Amino acid sequence: MSALKLMRLSINGRSRDITVTPQETLLDMLRDRLDLTGSKRGCNQGVCGACTVLIDGEPMRACLSLALDVEGMEVVTVEGLGSGNTLTVLQQAIIEHGAVQCGFCVAGMLITAHALLRDNPHPSPEEVRAALAGNLCRCSGYGKIIEAVCRAAEEKAA
Amino acid sequence: MNVVGRSLPRLDAREKVVGAARYIADLTRPGLLFGAALTSPYAHARIKSYDVRPALAVPGVVTVLTGEDVKGGRFGPFIKDETVLATGKVRYVGEPVCIVAAEDERTARRAARLIEVEYEELPAVLSPEEAMAPGAPLVHEANADYFRVHQTKCGGNLAWETSFAEGDVKAAWGQCDVIVEGEFETQAQAHVALEPCGALAEIDAAGRITLWSANQSVFRVQANVCEGLGLPMARLRCLTPRVGGGFGNKMEMHVQGMTVALALASGRPVKFILSREEDFEMVRHRHPYRIRAKTGAKRDGTLVAREVEVVVDCGAYGDDSPGVLGFSLLMSRGPYRIPNMRAHGRLYYTNKVRFGAFRGFGNPQVSFATESQLDEIAERLHMDPLELRRKNAIRKGDAWLGGGLVQSDGFVKCLDAIGRTEAWQKRATQRAAPATRRGLGLACSSHISGLLATGAVIRLLEDGSIVLNTGAVDIGQGSDTVLAQICAEALRLPVEQVVLASPDTDGSPYNWGTTASRVTYMVGRSIVAAAKEVEQKIKDHAAAMLECATEDLALRPGGRVGIEGVPEKELSFREISLRAHWAAGGPIIGSSSLMYDRPTVDPKRTVASGVPFPQIGVFSFAATLCDVEIDEATGKVTVREAWSACDVGKAINPLSVEGQIQGGFAQGLGFALCEELVWDGGKLANPSLMDYKVPTSLEVPLKVHPLIVEDAEPDGPFGAKGIGEIPICAVAPAIANGIAAATGLRLSRLPMTPERVLRGLLEEEETHAD
Repeated sequence: MSALKLMRLSINGRSRDITVTPQETLLDMLRDRLDLTGSKRGCNQGVCGACTVLIDGEPMRACLSLALDVEGMEVVTVEGLGSGNTLTVLQQAIIEHGAVQCGFCVAGMLITAHALLRDNPHPSPEEVRAALAGNLCRCSGYGKIIEAVCRAAEEKAA
Repeated sequence: MNVVGRSLPRLDAREKVVGAARYIADLTRPGLLFGAALTSPYAHARIKSYDVRPALAVPGVVTVLTGEDVKGGRFGPFIKDETVLATGKVRYVGEPVCIVAAEDERTARRAARLIEVEYEELPAVLSPEEAMAPGAPLVHEANADYFRVHQTKCGGNLAWETSFAEGDVKAAWGQCDVIVEGEFETQAQAHVALEPCGALAEIDAAGRITLWSANQSVFRVQANVCEGLGLPMARLRCLTPRVGGGFGNKMEMHVQGMTVALALASGRPVKFILSREEDFEMVRHRHPYRIRAKTGAKRDGTLVAREVEVVVDCGAYGDDSPGVLGFSLLMSRGPYRIPNMRAHGRLYYTNKVRFGAFRGFGNPQVSFATESQLDEIAERLHMDPLELRRKNAIRKGDAWLGGGLVQSDGFVKCLDAIGRTEAWQKRATQRAAPATRRGLGLACSSHISGLLATGAVIRLLEDGSIVLNTGAVDIGQGSDTVLAQICAEALRLPVEQVVLASPDTDGSPYNWGTTASRVTYMVGRSIVAAAKEVEQKIKDHAAAMLECATEDLALRPGGRVGIEGVPEKELSFREISLRAHWAAGGPIIGSSSLMYDRPTVDPKRTVASGVPFPQIGVFSFAATLCDVEIDEATGKVTVREAWSACDVGKAINPLSVEGQIQGGFAQGLGFALCEELVWDGGKLANPSLMDYKVPTSLEVPLKVHPLIVEDAEPDGPFGAKGIGEIPICAVAPAIANGIAAATGLRLSRLPMTPERVLRGLLEEEETHAD
């Protein structure tokens, strides 16, 4: 067993002190040490995108990031998108447009789309499609997810 | 109707978008151990000895088990040929040989790799052709002695054989003006449910076992584990967390048996979650098919005869393969009147991971062949492909292959829906961009909803709210919401007043499973029947309380019952349920037990053998249209836009139906164009998402138009039938027909990769140049 190391980082807006092993991924740390299980392990290889989280605002694969590498940084997971019982406009749109089926991909989709709408508040359907190309979904065929992201952008603008 | 037919958001959507939904990998228990397997490196080998000492010596390892330690019986849905761990022999690369439980996952995996197994490698059979060759090595020496749930021909490496014959095919060829004949080949496709398979087992103080797992039927899990480990069924309670997609992959056993074995041996709770690579190598895939098809028609387009011969790769264990084989033959006539028909198929054991249930259940494979041939006939006769299909379309009152009664005109309505699209109407004026070719491809299919046993229990609680318990697992397709809508509609309640009990083999009525597009239709029917019983009991109480006849009473919206025509004479469900609980009658419970009971084969009409499903289901229909573009320089095929008309009888939740249509299309697109498992000798060469290509948002067209066709199924719940599988079935032939329309190139092998398309186009050019 490798020695545990103590690190500090911000998770969903809260400063946390956590002990991790040097080989531990951010995904394992979130899921196993913090019980933040919204981020999923679909491939552990950086392909499926189900573990996508924001690291200092950028969508990244938690399964490809070592926990120690994000020391001192700000991490946002799906659990930190809304505030309290209030959903984001994007979460609400995903629900209303029937864009979630099994739900295994949705955390990663939400994180990626959240970053897209922050950087590009009025994306075209083609831009949404391109932004989500790194997040696999096997249930929906993507149509309703893209539609929901576009509608969320419209509602935010209104 | 207030609730049925409404696009309500899913009941489980909120917990999913906030990351709170719990899937198998998210569960934990105090004192939890983690399981891992050592798997076979050989496609076929005899196990000579085990040395587990190196694994046991690793700190943190609690239990190590080999095939000699795990005692039980052989299990399997059609053929009892499988054991929880390999015993005596290994039959595919990736087969579990030994298992370990340790304090953490990393230790369990590391220790499993340290176990030393001595093998004697045996010659392997890696294709049905090799399997059927004289003197081929036997995958199962005891094949002919295995218990099978239905009679069939078997022996050597032949696992199952099925045939259907109607009319006189031999004589009928003479009546045909055009005959097309060809060989088609389809590949192994991986389900890639985004959630890998997993399970968690715990033993309680009394020795009973609780087992959570990613599954499509808690009852199949219970049956498989108990058969495999020789346990009485009452000792094992199976539950389900949220399930991250199934598509057939989670219908039968995966890691549940191994997980329970480790929990029993260690006395501690054990969680066993597969990596993506293990999920590819260990579980199951869609069957590769080799199909020889021949179809004949008269000059006016009337279809006269068809012959279909399939050879199916079973993999190392029977699993759902006999069902897939038989079902695909039953669908091989398609939704058409073809009076002379012969369909025959053989299933061969090979030394590969098992093949099993996958959305469409053999139908996408045969539909690729048969729907390609219909377009060939249309071309030869200079007929419009839609008109050819309409001319031969199966109608209400017609008999299916085998004799099953068709009770709806949904097929013609699907064709009409496609015929009305602007794309179809303006197809003559369609233009291709420079350096591309473009064509519209149409293909159709039919499917069933039905099969086997199901039940429903509806309980009225003291305050008048409802708990619906069906045992049906929502694998992400949205059945919980649809079933709640059916229940709410039947009792005229708002959907919020119906709560679904989570499937539990202790407390839920039996449900065969979330498979065969059956939950809406079969469980829905059961709910309607159970609701009728609840309604009757409510009315009996109300009649006593209001001093009237039960016939004068009717349910009113919002959980009330009253005397018809007398608005002020009414009672709430709460008032009635309080009386039932505290004064008279006892708690109000409605229940229903159901078996799909219409026979597959009418022996007066059809000669059949090896039929795996004696009672099959009601029929549903689809027509799929693809606007296909081919890059002349690379051979890359792009579907620009698609239309999928699906007959669902009645859409209980149209938004969910659309989701099924679009999702099924996307999975069909992958099957058609890019997904293919490849073996390097006996080993899978691409068991990872890095190497196995699942369509992303860039490959699936932005516009996949779901065209919902509703032609009520007489005995369906509010006229409904299933939608799970039919949207995938005609996608590959629709794209193939689009490629042919654009280029004249007819591909007979899936997937239609750029390489195959380009090679085909170059060969065509050479042929024309000669």
